[in-house]
Amino acid sequence: MFGKLTLSAIPYDNPIIMGAVGFTLVGAAIVFGLITVYGKWGYLWREWLTSVDHKKIGIMYIVLALIMLLRGFSDAIMMRTQQLLAFGPDHGYLPPQHFQEIFTAHGTIMILFVAMPFIVGLMNIVVPLQIRARDVAFPFMNSLSFWLTAAGAMLIMVSLGVGDFSRAGWIGYPPLSGIHFSPDTGVDYWDWALQLSGLGTTLTGINFVATILRMRAPGMTLMKMPIFTWTTLFTAILILLAFPPLTATLAMLSLDRYLGMHFFTNGMGGDMMLYANLFWVWGHPEVYIVILPAFGVYSEVVATLCGKRLFGYATMVWATGVITVLSFSVWLHHFFTMGASATVNSVFGISSMLIAIPTGVKIFNWLFTMYQGKVRFETPMLWTMAFLVLFPIGGMTGVMLALPGADYVLHNTEFLVAHFHNMLIPGVLFGMFAGYEYWFPKATGFGLDPKWGRRAFWAWTIGFVLAFVPLYVLGFLGMPRRLDHYSNPAWHPWLEIAFVGAVVILYGIICQVIELIVSIRDRERLRDFTGDYWQNGRTLEWATSSPAPVYNFAHIDPVHDIDEFMYLKERGLAYKRPAGYSDIHMPRNTPAGLVIGSLAFVLGFALIWHIWWLAGAMAFAIFTTLLVRSMNDDVDYFIPAAEVEKTEAERFRMLEEGERRLSEGRGGPAQTPVILVHQVQQS
Amino acid sequence: MSTDIAIHDSGAASHEAHGPEESVSRTVYGFWLYIMTDCILFATVFTAFAVMSHRYAGGPTGRELFDLPYAFGETMFLLLSSVTYGFVVLAMNRMDKRGVLIWLGVTFVLGLGFIGMEINEFHHMITHGYGPDRSGFLSGFFTLVGTHGTHVTLGLVWMAVMIFQVLRKGLSVPVQSRLIRLSMFWHFLDVVWIGVFTVVYLMGVL
Repeated sequence: MFGKLTLSAIPYDNPIIMGAVGFTLVGAAIVFGLITVYGKWGYLWREWLTSVDHKKIGIMYIVLALIMLLRGFSDAIMMRTQQLLAFGPDHGYLPPQHFQEIFTAHGTIMILFVAMPFIVGLMNIVVPLQIRARDVAFPFMNSLSFWLTAAGAMLIMVSLGVGDFSRAGWIGYPPLSGIHFSPDTGVDYWDWALQLSGLGTTLTGINFVATILRMRAPGMTLMKMPIFTWTTLFTAILILLAFPPLTATLAMLSLDRYLGMHFFTNGMGGDMMLYANLFWVWGHPEVYIVILPAFGVYSEVVATLCGKRLFGYATMVWATGVITVLSFSVWLHHFFTMGASATVNSVFGISSMLIAIPTGVKIFNWLFTMYQGKVRFETPMLWTMAFLVLFPIGGMTGVMLALPGADYVLHNTEFLVAHFHNMLIPGVLFGMFAGYEYWFPKATGFGLDPKWGRRAFWAWTIGFVLAFVPLYVLGFLGMPRRLDHYSNPAWHPWLEIAFVGAVVILYGIICQVIELIVSIRDRERLRDFTGDYWQNGRTLEWATSSPAPVYNFAHIDPVHDIDEFMYLKERGLAYKRPAGYSDIHMPRNTPAGLVIGSLAFVLGFALIWHIWWLAGAMAFAIFTTLLVRSMNDDVDYFIPAAEVEKTEAERFRMLEEGERRLSEGRGGPAQTPVILVHQVQQS
Repeated sequence: MSTDIAIHDSGAASHEAHGPEESVSRTVYGFWLYIMTDCILFATVFTAFAVMSHRYAGGPTGRELFDLPYAFGETMFLLLSSVTYGFVVLAMNRMDKRGVLIWLGVTFVLGLGFIGMEINEFHHMITHGYGPDRSGFLSGFFTLVGTHGTHVTLGLVWMAVMIFQVLRKGLSVPVQSRLIRLSMFWHFLDVVWIGVFTVVYLMGVL
């Protein structure tokens, strides 16, 4: 009846796991309770859960990413604590099996359920606004993508309390991840969580390529697109090319595990190296999928907060393109030591080093944008400057690892761990935080408190250095990664420093939580009246109100320049009242995405536990939902011109209010005088 | 294959008018992108088969297992069904509802014939002890051919839904858009099968 699922799957006897489960359940109960007490279920359902509005879906993605960041960080600090304690005769507080589950969950969560939802969330909020479109190309599919990602995240959360999670590392190499060495359901949790979220991501890739190539405002040629839109386009293309191999590879691993096939088994014709190759054909481009949008964020932040046009727009675009292409020619550097010939290793070593060139071009472009600019030390700019200092260090250690000879020494040591965290924290995560601070007012209508933002910034930056520079040293001292216990006294002091670093980062996260709470409390003080929160925004997302109306722009006017909003402001055209309004065609909300996502979650759970009847029923229910949805042709509606006029009148009233406050010297976050005076023109 | 729907440039002045044509052409464009991802999925499975193609693990080889005339018969079913789907689109362009239904029915039967022959082949091999768990080669074979077969099956389900929708809704714009996308999907599966027939059956036997 319930397949492999019995009550013994719940680890009652493990206080650490039950504590985590209890903590999660209490948290969820409080949230549900508050929603019920305030009677917000209807609002939540109408305005958020069933929404197909890209701005709201984007916010939901980022909420998901932040929640999963807490989970992923809990795993991280548990590992740091274990390596602090498990030295010599002491074996720490985590048994080896649990430690293995934790490092697997940490990697899987941070890449696929923090970095990915964060970038997709920012893309959702920003890209349609930057290209002056009303929504993405396929709004319902967008909602479906989100709910599939959320379903994958839910599977990982459930694995905490029901059964085990995978112990095979986030890359899940066979034969360890095969049925022979991992007979329990851990690998299946990992597998199906990745399959569901991967499907959602593939659909996102399709959506954004179509949105950017088909829905730009007239006059916005490719070389007039804002850089963040460019990086999103390249990321979406990488998604289209890289995620199908992941889907196929994970499916083959499942066939090995469920049907006894021999793709990656140890014998009967199986080939484990095939898995390593196929996995990294996805895995390496995945690194660029998450870093390119971060590069886009830095480009936008640097230009706006230095009050200058981005230096080297065309080289920035080409560098991004070159990285996109090269990212498919380097995957073998993840396993130089696994038996390829010297010639093959050399070719992949050289192609890996080549990627440093376009990346270096970008670094210099950002530096030259700052050069002779009026640098404003707002929070997004702080994250950007930390990135500019720390990221090249990780880049250079990456070039070291790209030398096959050096890689033979450093492979699978803490040096590698330090390298990729140096890419992913100051590179991707700081970029996401910069984007979060930078576009928060655009998404919500009020800014984030700068005082707590600065505290979070300093804690994260100092904590990062403390936590990961020791790992470089430990790599040179020969410490392998993923140790749950060690006896070498030379390693211990460095691991103590790394633990202190993790605690400092924890303080940074606490600051971010407080920042959010304080900002919501003080939202009237931090209110964005003009829509141009940083007061010299350059691209079109700043041309509409904050938050943008559901239709984004009342009129889809032609575009003249890369920095179109700056172009309009310089000519006094930015806030012109239009002569009139017309009806606007918009997609209707639908619960279909939420329904399919929930069914897919149950389907994944049923497949993990071999509950075949339930899996069949869920598959049929998903098909039925799609069928019902496809029978309904009434999927959009018109916002009447009168309603648009009312919304826009309110917008102009807010603008005047913002204008008045600015002239009185209050309002706005600017620390330096604003370059352009806002002009509300009456037509 | 003719999609017969004008593709508007995104820079066109008519951008603000979200006519049904713009919406259909955008959907078709998105479907092309989907087909590209599916193409890469097949490429991955083909790669796995290529690696596995001689890993018999003491089990049977392709030469011993495959019946080339039988596979050729399957191929004819699928190729013919592509031709008949071409007639569906032609009838649709004439707004000939009866023609659309007839040719959809014929295509469905031909597709069903293909799947029936494939299931029969699989059944035959498994009952003789040559299932996908016998060797790496057979895992690769069943997965590659099975992935294609699953796609064709889903295409048949979609076709049944379309027959139902044409009956219920007639040749409305959304129905036409779906018929065009199904046409792309069906022809795509045909192209993939040419690859499967060549790489698996021809190269396996010759």
